Parts: sequence; C-alpha cells; structure tokens
Amino acid sequence: MSCMSVTRTYDEINEKIKKGKVVVVTADEVAELAAERGVSYVAKNVDVVTTATFGAMCSSGAFLNFGHSDPPIKMAKVWLNDVPAYTGVAAVDAYIGATEMSESRPFEYGGAHVIEDLVAGKPVHLRATAYGTDCYPRREIDTYVTKDSINQAFMFNPRNAYQNYAVAVNSSDRTLYTYMGTLLPRLGNATYSSAGQLSPLLNDPYLRTIGVGTRIFLGGAIGYVAWEGTQHSPGAKRDENGIPLAAASTLAVVGDLKRMDRRYLRAGVMHKYGVTLYVGIGVPIPVLDEEMARFVSVRDEDIKTTVFDYSVPHRSRPNFGHVNYKELRSGYIEVQGKRVPTVPLSSLERAREIAQALKEWVAEGRLLVQEPVQRLPENQVSRPLEVVGLEEIANG
Amino acid sequence: MARCRVVLTFPPDKVEKPVAYHLVKDFDLRINILRAKVDLNEEGKLLIEIENHKQEAIQRGLQFVREQGVQVELVDKELQWDDEECTNCGACTAVCRPRALHLEAPDWKLVLDKQKCTACGLCVDACPVKVIRIDF
Repeated sequence: MSCMSVTRTYDEINEKIKKGKVVVVTADEVAELAAERGVSYVAKNVDVVTTATFGAMCSSGAFLNFGHSDPPIKMAKVWLNDVPAYTGVAAVDAYIGATEMSESRPFEYGGAHVIEDLVAGKPVHLRATAYGTDCYPRREIDTYVTKDSINQAFMFNPRNAYQNYAVAVNSSDRTLYTYMGTLLPRLGNATYSSAGQLSPLLNDPYLRTIGVGTRIFLGGAIGYVAWEGTQHSPGAKRDENGIPLAAASTLAVVGDLKRMDRRYLRAGVMHKYGVTLYVGIGVPIPVLDEEMARFVSVRDEDIKTTVFDYSVPHRSRPNFGHVNYKELRSGYIEVQGKRVPTVPLSSLERAREIAQALKEWVAEGRLLVQEPVQRLPENQVSRPLEVVGLEEIANG
Repeated sequence: MARCRVVLTFPPDKVEKPVAYHLVKDFDLRINILRAKVDLNEEGKLLIEIENHKQEAIQRGLQFVREQGVQVELVDKELQWDDEECTNCGACTAVCRPRALHLEAPDWKLVLDKQKCTACGLCVDACPVKVIRIDF
C-alpha cells in the first residue's frame, strides 16, 4: 500500500453520517463508478457502499415469548396456526422455524407463513399442551396472539446471506423438485440464487468489515450479525481475486421481528419441496481503504460460480465447470455444449430496493456503521457428517 | 395472419363431437391444442389457438362450433398475477418452457409475452408466494 493511499476509520465515517455529509452509494452504482473513474477514485470519494440480497433462506426462524397465562403453563408442545414450534426451552419460550410445515396443510403453509402473518399483524392461533407441574398446573391452552400481544418476537436465523452459491442443473430424464426450484430434465434450465455484484458477502470477500455486531438491514428493520452462520466455509476454493468459486461464508443474524415489514420477509413454498422464507438482507460496507474500494467495485463478470448437477443425490455432486454472473444474467449459459436458459431464484428487483433503502438510512443518519466486535473465523470449511460407531468417533 | 385463442366448453352430451376435425377440414383453420380436459359424460374443455389468413374464416368456424351446442369463449387474459404481491423472484420462469414468463432487464420485473404463453399452468404451482392465477 502506498503512503498516498486513502484510509478512513469507522468513527470518521460515522461523524460524516451524523453530519449528513456521508457519501453513500449502492454496490451497483459503485461498480459503474469504478469502471468509469477507477478504484482510487472510489477509495477517495465514497464512504459507504450498500449491498443487499432477497432470496429463499431456509435456515431462518424466530424466538417468541408468549407471556404467562393464569393459571400458568410450562408448554411442552406448541402449535402456531397448526405449525409445530420448538419449546424445549423455558415455560413460554418457543422457536418457530421457517421450514416447519403445518400439520393440517403441509406443502401449503408453514413456519415461514406464521412469521409473515405475525409481521403483518395478523392474529395467530396458539395451542399448547403440558404435563403440568406444581408451579405450572395448566395442562393445555388454546388462544390467539399477535406480535403486539406477546413479549418478544425476534428473528434469529442460523444461516443467511450465503457468499456465492451454486448454479443448479439436471442432466437426468425426469423433472426434479428441489430447493433450487423446479429443474427441467436434460439440462432444460439452470437456476441460480446469488445477487452477484450486489450480494453482501461478495463485496467483502474476506469479511474485513462484516463480523459479530455488524449493523444491517434485516427484513425491513435494523438487525445485527450475531455470529458466523452455520456451514460457514471461508476456506472454500477462491479465484485469483479472492472471490469464492462456490458457497463459502455465511452469517447468523438477529433482529426485532416486530419492526419488520413483509415486503422484505415473505413465506414461500418450493413446489414439491417444502416451505421456506424469503429474507431481505442489506449490509453497509465502509470503504476503509483502497483494498475495500477494490472489493466493493466487483462486477458480475468478475464473480464466478460452479454449475452442479442436482440429478446426482449425493453430497458431492458432479460439476460442469464455472460461469460468471454476467453470463447468468444474459439469459443463457452453455453447459456440456448445450445452450441452457438461466433462471434467478432470488429477486434482484427487491435486492436493489433494499440496497436503495439502506442507502437512504445511512444518508439520513438512521444507521451508523458498526465495527465488528469480533471477526468471524477465517479458514475453516464445512465438515461432512459421517455415519460411524462410538469407537470410531472416540478415536477421532 | 389472424389468430385467436378460445376455450371451447363441451356439455357432457357433446364431448364426443369431433369439432377440431371439422375446423381443420371444413374451414381450413390451423388449430393448436394448448390444453384439453375431456372425460366421457362430463363437461369437457379445450383451449385452442386458431390461425387463418382471414379473420372471417375464423369467425365462420366459431359460428359452426356454437351451432353444435359447444360454448365458445375468447381468451385474452390467460395468465394473471398480483403485481403488488409478486416478489419478482423468478421461480415461475424456471418452468416456463416457451419462455413466455421472464424477468426483464433492466428492472428485473416479471413480464409475460402473451403470444408465447400456452397456458400450461406450471407457473401456478411453481410460484412460491402463490400469486399467479390461470382461469381455464
């Protein structure tokens, strides 16, 4: 780094935000700016870049505390609109997971819909059973709750905002129904999910500025990065510019469900697969120096990902090589010499709206950038699960 | 070239009438059957696209169909979705083989090319937020 290079601190950026003098642009805008004026110009002139994604994120859910009834109950089983919630925690705490399906309307309604209904302010039917104790004598309860009638409702998503993700194709002779959408036979389509140059973790490939405590846009409200996400794999294979070539880092995020907006949090059903939650996430990235300016200036054509054959139902699927997001956005890619139509599964339209909203939050002083209180692990990869006996695991 | 799409509704006692045959043979119409729901002794429905270089030929053919006691309904809105509720995610476009449904740059909003839509209905199930409707 030369002695002339620009640097700025979180405090300096936040001072500018408070004074309304911050220069904030979206990741799309900065990519164009860098192409026109160069990375040094970006480093010198831009303080914050807003990134975003809006896609299906199954590993999502919310903790709820219902408050105590009279007589009180220590809930042992809980259903919300007929969707089981996990209540193996304290008496009236529960976790509603996005992919849990309704017992009466499976593949139609699930935990994600309960979350969306709560956010929308709709009443939700609460049923619970219990074995009864001296301090919690009630054995069952049947009532209605709303987000305003209960104590806490906070989203806690164990794995969101994947840094890059696979392209899915199907080389078999039958249609496949997957979490990557409906895959047509004989390479009939190719689905992809990442927001590419707008995607949060692809704008900070080594997570220099995204860690525990980072303040973010989550479902329309302010949220935080809580931890590394499950299956966080920063050790995944990268290209010469440091950009992962397939799914890599992930985030666990937390935020107040009561303040969220269903425009940025939507329940979905993947046909013949199950229920999922579309989560809108935006991350503001401070341009601390020239290196960060280079990272945030990344363009779709610079980001490659791997095409996997989902017709092989094994952990290690065969791959058909790499494509970049500019190619994916063009409508067709070539796989095995065949011209295959490409289909996005995450909404670029909604992601751009989020990046724009977050830009306004920063410009209006409603959101300050937060230096991570702890960085996320830097080298690990996701471990597989092996089927072993007790002795094998004890002997490592 | 004149072209239109119609839904033919056959009362239970008329489902055996070879209407499409007569449209081709007697009226020289080019017929493309897009969807069919036909069961013996039940009301049947046929979604067809009709082409001829003259609009009158199509009209004469449809008049013949009506005279057979088969109801004719012009289809101009095959597919509809709630624009406010649609998230423009793209999942429906994955199953659209004719690529009638697609996300269009630069806005990346869902667009339907009505000429290409065969009203197959696969998008209705593929839509994660269930906002696509098809009336047939």
